[in-house]
Amino acid sequence: MADLSIEFAGIKAPNPFWLASAPPTDKAYNVVRAFQAGWGGVVWKTLGEDPAAVNVSSRYSAHYGANREVMGINNIELITDRSLEINLREITQVKKDWPDRALIVSLMVPCVEESWKAILPLVEATGADGIELNFGCPHGMPERGMGAAVGQVPEYVEQVTRWCKTYCSLPVIVKLTPNITDIRQSARAAQRGGADAVSLINTINSITSVDLERMIALPIVGQASTHGGYCGSAVKPIALNMVAEIARDPATQGLPISGIGGIGSWRDAAEFMALGCGAVQVCTAAMLHGFRIVEDMKDGLSRWMDSQGYQRIEDFAGRAVGHTTDWKYLDINYQVIAKIDQAACIGCGRCHIACEDTSHQAIANQKLADGSHRYEVVDAECVGCNLCQITCPVEDCIEMVAQDTGKPFLDWLHDPRNPYREAV
Amino acid sequence: MINSLSHLPHPSADNPTLASHFTDLAPPLTARQAMVESARCLYCYDAPCVNACPSEIDIPSFIRNIHQDNVQGAAVKILSANILGGSCARVCPTEVLCQQACVRNNQQECAPVLIGLLQRYALDHAEFNGHPFQRAPSTGKRVAVVGAGPAGLSCAHRLAWHGHDVVIFEAQAKAGGLNEYGIAKYKLVDDFAQHELDFLLEIGGIEIRHGQKLGDNLSLGELQQQFDAVFLGLGLAASRQLGLPDEQAPGLLAATDYIRELRQADDLSALPLADHCIVLGAGNTAIDMAVQMARLGAHDVNLVYRRGVEDMGATAHEQHIAKENQVRLLTWAQPEQVLLDEQGQVRGMRFARTHLVEGRLQTTGETFELAADAIFKAIGQGFDGSALSDAQATQLARDGERIRVDEQLRTSLPGVYAGGDCTHAGQDLTVQAVQHGKLAAEAIHADLMLTVEAA
Repeated sequence: MADLSIEFAGIKAPNPFWLASAPPTDKAYNVVRAFQAGWGGVVWKTLGEDPAAVNVSSRYSAHYGANREVMGINNIELITDRSLEINLREITQVKKDWPDRALIVSLMVPCVEESWKAILPLVEATGADGIELNFGCPHGMPERGMGAAVGQVPEYVEQVTRWCKTYCSLPVIVKLTPNITDIRQSARAAQRGGADAVSLINTINSITSVDLERMIALPIVGQASTHGGYCGSAVKPIALNMVAEIARDPATQGLPISGIGGIGSWRDAAEFMALGCGAVQVCTAAMLHGFRIVEDMKDGLSRWMDSQGYQRIEDFAGRAVGHTTDWKYLDINYQVIAKIDQAACIGCGRCHIACEDTSHQAIANQKLADGSHRYEVVDAECVGCNLCQITCPVEDCIEMVAQDTGKPFLDWLHDPRNPYREAV
Repeated sequence: MINSLSHLPHPSADNPTLASHFTDLAPPLTARQAMVESARCLYCYDAPCVNACPSEIDIPSFIRNIHQDNVQGAAVKILSANILGGSCARVCPTEVLCQQACVRNNQQECAPVLIGLLQRYALDHAEFNGHPFQRAPSTGKRVAVVGAGPAGLSCAHRLAWHGHDVVIFEAQAKAGGLNEYGIAKYKLVDDFAQHELDFLLEIGGIEIRHGQKLGDNLSLGELQQQFDAVFLGLGLAASRQLGLPDEQAPGLLAATDYIRELRQADDLSALPLADHCIVLGAGNTAIDMAVQMARLGAHDVNLVYRRGVEDMGATAHEQHIAKENQVRLLTWAQPEQVLLDEQGQVRGMRFARTHLVEGRLQTTGETFELAADAIFKAIGQGFDGSALSDAQATQLARDGERIRVDEQLRTSLPGVYAGGDCTHAGQDLTVQAVQHGKLAAEAIHADLMLTVEAA
């Protein structure tokens, strides 16, 4: 079996599956249960200065799919609402009891040097393996000048990171907020400040839904609501892109990345790793199903690695980065055409109406004598957009087949149709 | 009506117990089940289920409405295509119609979406402030509808909707036709046919006159004189005969006669029970008869058919219901002789075994006897020609015994339309009759308004 153990930014863990800083890592009871279940590490829910934060009720709301499966969760919970002393004591004990697991402490204090200088030695004394700087919390804390309010300003990110490196010898992971326009600026700032790694993404500003009877958004607190932070499988595509942006940025080349955002299965984790992550963090999936999911994630990942001949995570981590590029470098001459497997087709007509109404009129609808339909791709009209394959309910029924156009590779920079093409 | 069985005993169970055997055969979906099931619909385009529905209900749309918490919208969508959508949801053989066509009936998709039960869910849970359809301003036109079965009611509703005034002439004491008198009790529970009728009549402009029978106290000629158009939804009132001696003996009767009595019975324990019985036939009526007798407590119910299982008119689903109720299916046997006891009452039947010789059904020469307290004929219904006996009615062109109609349900006589089982168009199904009534009403409306414009 593949070896899932990792060393991430100098932190060792028996497997790359860590629980993200969030309610599941709020206190010793939960963390011990997580370690018992087999998690490789945890990022302890964010510590702050006393007096501890106070939370409201209710706190979460969800965006649902057609079968009431949760696509994403929105939360308005703040950082730990327990005292610093209790948290530090529990962290010390848990690390002592579980020495082989990664135990990272998430931190958020005001953006002044004294605050960081005061808390860092206390954390280091617990025996924790590293710290994670919560520059991402998008709700509540930014109103007090912390969380995303720091993470959205690269200069602050750099400054606070530097303080941490100055007053603490532990590895520093900077957690980035996605509520910005260019994630690379935040990552570069963290690196300039001396960060050992970045982790991303934190949650995304969100409102999931509105109670149309009461005319209040969710989650409801009394007679009002507020925006929260969005997480869960719905944010995975956004997170993957941000991870890839940093991984392929020459300025941050080699900066370790801990991937976060909608990871619920081994495949999700493998995808984050393929785009450059050396470890991953999970929260929503555990909140929906419990800690037991790590067992399936470890099993699935190691079996897949075996099937691919990968012995360690680093054997494939980052392998998809080189294949992620700017639009202008894509091959203009590449052409795929949809092909419908008639034996697998169940005749729902979704590909036809999607193409007919909203795309290129490239799927013909032929009514047969028995009242059923036959859907055929009109090759000459198909631009290979993938929409039919996306709308088809049957997996593998529609294949996008690469065509032999006989034309050489040509990117937009060199395309004669590009008025601003580079001189050959 | 069933004097023929007055010598038989009654069920041993009391009425509440028996009534519990006649509750919903297919229980309604809960809200949760409706949500799960409606999510399975793929919202097909040019959907096969719609093409398979004789009444052209926009099934993907109403299911999507259910799933999006718009039950009223779903119900209106159904009712605008099929005003008897509630009874069709219960009695349609969906297994050979919409659910047969459902793309999720494909082998790889596990099972079809439960369209019939979802349709029932929408109609059971929709709450309207008054009738959902508004009548058009009065046209001043009057239309006679003969027969208050599904075809006639559907026709009357659509006509009233268009602003015409309708008088329905009905021979029976209650409207509803087979929904009231002919469908198995466990398929239409809680007096559903009458509730649906009340709802349908809410539109206004429809009068029903009972005890009016064409060819008896009513003639087509009179109706043509008194009304601007006439729709005939006569159904198939005659039960086919075996053509054997002693067919009138006590203990031998048409299954439809017994079912009618059962459907109207307030006290099921007062019905005659044939502990050993034979049902002749292979259609859904034969199954309904056999299963209902089994549920009344009969121990030995034999359904006998002269051909093979694959030739049966009853769907596989119906056959399964029969087997689940311990009904024995005997095939390749045809009635040869009614066996009587000393009092002249049925004691059984002798059958000749049959087989196919060069594609033709022949007896093998072998016979066997089955003991029975009663024999129920369910070998098909025929058109009762006596309805068409007046001078005008006899001029109607016929296809065999039934009334000939064109695609717009027009008969050979101007201003006279027909639909449902009394015609040969389409399948003999409630949903087909509803569609006929609807299409005939549209044709009547178009024809009447044409004359208005011309005048």
